[in-house]
Amino acid sequence: MDWEIVIGIETHAQLSTASKIFSGAATQFGAAPNAQACAVDIALPGVLPVLNKGAVERAVRFGLAAGGIDVINRRSVFARKNYFYPDLPKGYQISQYELPIVTGGAVSFLTQDGEKTVRLTRAHLEEDAGKSLHEDFHGMSGIDLNRAGTPLLEIVTEPDMRSAEEAVAYAKALHALVRWIGICDGNMQEGSFRCDANVSVRRPGGPLGTRREIKNLNSFRFLQQAIEYEARWQIGTLEDGGSIQQATVLFDPDTGATRMMRTKEDAHDYRYFPDPDLLPLAIDEEMIRRIESELPELPAAKRERYRLKFGLPSAYAASLTQSIEVATYFEAAAAELGCDNAKLAANWILGELAGSLNSAGIDISASPVSSKQLAGLLLRIHDNTISGKMAKDVFDAMWAGEGDADSVIAKRGLKQISDAGELEKIVDGVLAANPKSVEEYRAGKEKAFNALVGQAMKATRGKGNPAQINEILKKKLAR
Amino acid sequence: MINATLKQQSALLAQKKLSSVELTRFYLDRVARLDPGLNAFVTIDAERSLAQARAADALIAAGGAQPLTGIPVAHKDIFCAKGWRTSCGSKMLANFVSPYDAHVVEKLNAAGAVILGKTNMDEFAMGSSSETGYQGPVKNPWDPTRVAGGSSGGSAAAVAARMAPAAIGTDTGGSIRQPAALSGICGLKPTYGMVSRYGMVAFASSLDQGGPMAKTAEDLALMLNVMAGFDARDSTSLERPAEDYTRALAASGATGRDRPLAGLRIGVPKEYFGEGLGSDVAAAVEAALAQFEKLGAKRIAISLPNSGLSVPAYYVIAPAEASSNLSRYDGVRYGYRAPEYGDLADMYAKSRAQGFGAEVKRRILIGTYVLSHGYYDAYYLKAQKIRRLIAQDFAEAYKQCDLILGPTSPSVAFGLGAKVSDPVQMYLIDIYTVAANLAGLPAMSIPCGFGEGGMPVGLQIAGNYFAEARMLQAAHQYQLATDWHLRQPAGTE
Repeated sequence: MDWEIVIGIETHAQLSTASKIFSGAATQFGAAPNAQACAVDIALPGVLPVLNKGAVERAVRFGLAAGGIDVINRRSVFARKNYFYPDLPKGYQISQYELPIVTGGAVSFLTQDGEKTVRLTRAHLEEDAGKSLHEDFHGMSGIDLNRAGTPLLEIVTEPDMRSAEEAVAYAKALHALVRWIGICDGNMQEGSFRCDANVSVRRPGGPLGTRREIKNLNSFRFLQQAIEYEARWQIGTLEDGGSIQQATVLFDPDTGATRMMRTKEDAHDYRYFPDPDLLPLAIDEEMIRRIESELPELPAAKRERYRLKFGLPSAYAASLTQSIEVATYFEAAAAELGCDNAKLAANWILGELAGSLNSAGIDISASPVSSKQLAGLLLRIHDNTISGKMAKDVFDAMWAGEGDADSVIAKRGLKQISDAGELEKIVDGVLAANPKSVEEYRAGKEKAFNALVGQAMKATRGKGNPAQINEILKKKLAR
Repeated sequence: MINATLKQQSALLAQKKLSSVELTRFYLDRVARLDPGLNAFVTIDAERSLAQARAADALIAAGGAQPLTGIPVAHKDIFCAKGWRTSCGSKMLANFVSPYDAHVVEKLNAAGAVILGKTNMDEFAMGSSSETGYQGPVKNPWDPTRVAGGSSGGSAAAVAARMAPAAIGTDTGGSIRQPAALSGICGLKPTYGMVSRYGMVAFASSLDQGGPMAKTAEDLALMLNVMAGFDARDSTSLERPAEDYTRALAASGATGRDRPLAGLRIGVPKEYFGEGLGSDVAAAVEAALAQFEKLGAKRIAISLPNSGLSVPAYYVIAPAEASSNLSRYDGVRYGYRAPEYGDLADMYAKSRAQGFGAEVKRRILIGTYVLSHGYYDAYYLKAQKIRRLIAQDFAEAYKQCDLILGPTSPSVAFGLGAKVSDPVQMYLIDIYTVAANLAGLPAMSIPCGFGEGGMPVGLQIAGNYFAEARMLQAAHQYQLATDWHLRQPAGTE
C-alpha cells in the first residue's frame, strides 16, 4: 500500500548584523570563548535588551521577498520563552510567539516535475543561545556565550513537502533567497542556516499523521538522509501495527539514524508571555517602502527576464539564478557581450567555469577568471579570432593566472589564421603534397576531403579557421 | 545641619562653609552611631564615599558645581554601582560586586553626588516591611520594634533618622511611598518610563520605577531633576524634553499667598476611605485634606470603581514577571551556587533553594503558576485586562480633578514580625499604592501627621501622567503651611 510523506521545515537563519539582536556585542564567528559576550549577553542583574534595528530590517526584507508588503505585520510582539539551561543566560529566550513579524509568504523553486511552491506559515525574530562545551573541563562543562543573543529569523513552512528531495530543494531555494537578499551569510558549517524537519506519513488523501521533529540539521545531505530514515522508520512502525508518538528526535550522521530526544509528555511548558522590557515592535509604511526600494531583483523575476530578454531556456535561467553571485556574474558578462551572446555566456558559465570552480572547490565570487575576463574570451570566439576548442585552452591559461584572453592569445600565438591569402597558400601546399587524396576525392570519396582538411589544420598548427579552410578547399578542388 | 534641606546644604557647599568631605564624614559618623540599632544600611565603604566627596570638593573649587554636587545620597541596594556590592537583599547576590553603574547612578555621579552607602530592603524588593532581606529587618527610627515599611525601608529609615539627607529607592507596588509614609518622610514614584530602569535589578519590569526619597518635596524635586531622563539602554524609557521640577514649586495662584492652591481640584476617592483604613490614619488624612482646602484647593468626591481589583491583579502580574526576571539567578555565571550538588538540575534546585528566601520563592511559584499552560488566560491575561480597567478609572477621574489625594497606607507602621506569617495581610497593605504602578502613573507620599503609638502617617498625592511638577508644587505648598515633615524621631538628634 502507498504512503505519503508530509514534511514541514523550520529554519533558523542567522541574520548578518554586525552586533547582536539585543546588545552591542559583536557577532563575528570564531572569537575566543566569551570574548563577545557583554553585560547584557551574560544577563547581569539590571541589564535590559535594546532591539537592533538591523535585525528588524532584515526580517522585513525577508517578508518582502517571500510575500510582499501584506505579510509584514505592522505590529509584532517579543515574548519570553522560559526554560533553564546553562547556555541560556537569562533563563528565557526572547522570541516572538503570538504576533510574529511576518505571517504568510511562500518560496517557489523548480523541480523535475516543474515549479513547486511551499507556503510559509510565519517568520519571527529571536535570539540564539550560547554553547555548552563538554571537553577540556575535567568532568565539568564550559559555557561560551559568544553566540548568545545572535539574531535569528525562524522561518516556518506549512506541511507542504512530500519527499526528502522536495524538502532539500526547498531548503536550497530558501538558502539561496536569504543569501540573495543579503540577510544571512548561509554558512551552514558555522551554523548560520540550520533546519528542523517535521516529518509524518499518511495514506494518500487521509488525515495528517503524527509528526516527529528532527532537530538541528546543518547540511542539505543530512536533511535528506534524516528525512528518508525517519519516513522509513515511521512507515515500518505503522506497518508493523505500531503507532507514532509526537516527539523531538536527533539525527546521528554517523549511524544515519534518528533517535528520540524527548516526547510530547516531557515537553517544556515555556510559559510564554510578552516581554515587558520591550515595547511592541511597530513597523511603519515608510520603512517598508524604503526597504522595498533597496531590495534587489528577486530570483523569480530574474528567471523570467532571462527567458524573455536573453531567450534562455528555463533550466538555464534557473541555474543562473541559483545564487545572486552567479546571476551577477552572468549579467556582468552578458553586459560586456550584448544580448545576442548571452546564451554563449550562459553556456560557458554553467559549463567550463562551473566545472572548474567545482573541481577547485571555490565559489564564483572568488573565481580566478572574472566576468569581464570571461567576456573578453567569448568576444574572441564571437569574432573568430579563436575557435571554441582553442578557447578552452585560453580559458585554462586564464584560470592559471596568465592574464586576460587577448594577452594569452598573443603570447601563445593562438590567433586563428583567417587571412584568405595565407590560407590559400597553405591549402595549395597541402594539395600539392597529397595528390593521392585529391585524386580519391575527385573519384567521389568524401572521406578524402576530411583528410585534406586535417592536413591543412595541421599545417596551420591548429590555428586555421576551419570554416574558411573548408571553403577554400572546396573551391580549389572544384576546379 | 541634620534638618537642612538639600538646597541649604548645597548653598553651604557652594559658599565653602562646608566641604563635601566634611558633610560625608558627618553622615558616615551618624550611620556608625545610629545604624546598629536600625539596620538601614547593608554596605558602607567610607573610603569610596570620601573619594567621591574629594572629587566633588574639587569640582566645587573649580566652579563646576551642580545642585547635588557634594551631597551624600543613600542608594537602595537594588541599584548597580560599579565597585559596590549590589546584593538586592538576597543571599543569591551576597557576593555580587557590580561591574557597571545603573543609569540613575551614572546621573547622580555625573551631578557630583556622593554614594553614602547601600541601603537594606526586602529581598529583590518583594515585601512591604523590609523584613525579607537576608541581612535582617530594617527597624523604624520612630519605634525600633516596628517595621520601616518596604521594600525601600532602608532608604526610608536612613532619611528619617537623618543618616542621609536623601536617598534613592524603587517602587513596584508602593515600595517608595509606603516606607516613606511609615517612616515619616517624602517619597516619589515618577511616571513609568521617566527614570531609566537600566542597572536597577528587575523585580517586575512593567511596574518598577526608581525615584527619590527625602525630607521635603523640594528635595524630591532636586533629586528628580537629576534622576529623570531618557536612556537608550531602557526601551521603556521615555524621550521628553528635560523639566526643572523645582521651578513650579513656589508658584501660587492669582489669589495670592494665603491661597496658593486656588484652582487646584483634588479628587478624593471614596474607595480609599472604606473598610480596612485605620481611624488614626483616616483622621490625619482628613486633616490634611482640610489643610489643602484651606490653601485654596477644591475637594471633589470621586470614585475609582475598580480599586478593589488592583491588589489581586498586581499579585498576578508582578510575580509573573518576577518569576521570569529571577530565572537568571541560576548559580551558573555569578551569584550564589550551592556548595554541593549532583547533576545540573540538582545544581539549579539547590542553588535557588538555598539562595532565595521564602517570600521570593513564594512569588516565583505564584508567577510560574499564573503563566503556566492552561492558566495563562485565567490569570495573566485577565490581570492585564483589569490593569486596563484601572488605567481607565484614572483617566475618567482625571477629567474631574487634577490630583488624587488619600492615605498611602491603611495603617501606621506595624510591629516587626507581625505580618510575616500572613502574606495576604502583608499584600493588602499595598491597597492604595499598587494602582499607580499598574497604570504607570506618578504618585508620592508626604508626612501628614501621627497616628497610633505616635507613628507617622503618610498622605498620598497622585497625579496624571507627567504631573510630577504639579504634585510637587501642591506638596511643597502644604509643607510651607505645615511642619509634619520637619518632625524627627526621638533619639536621632
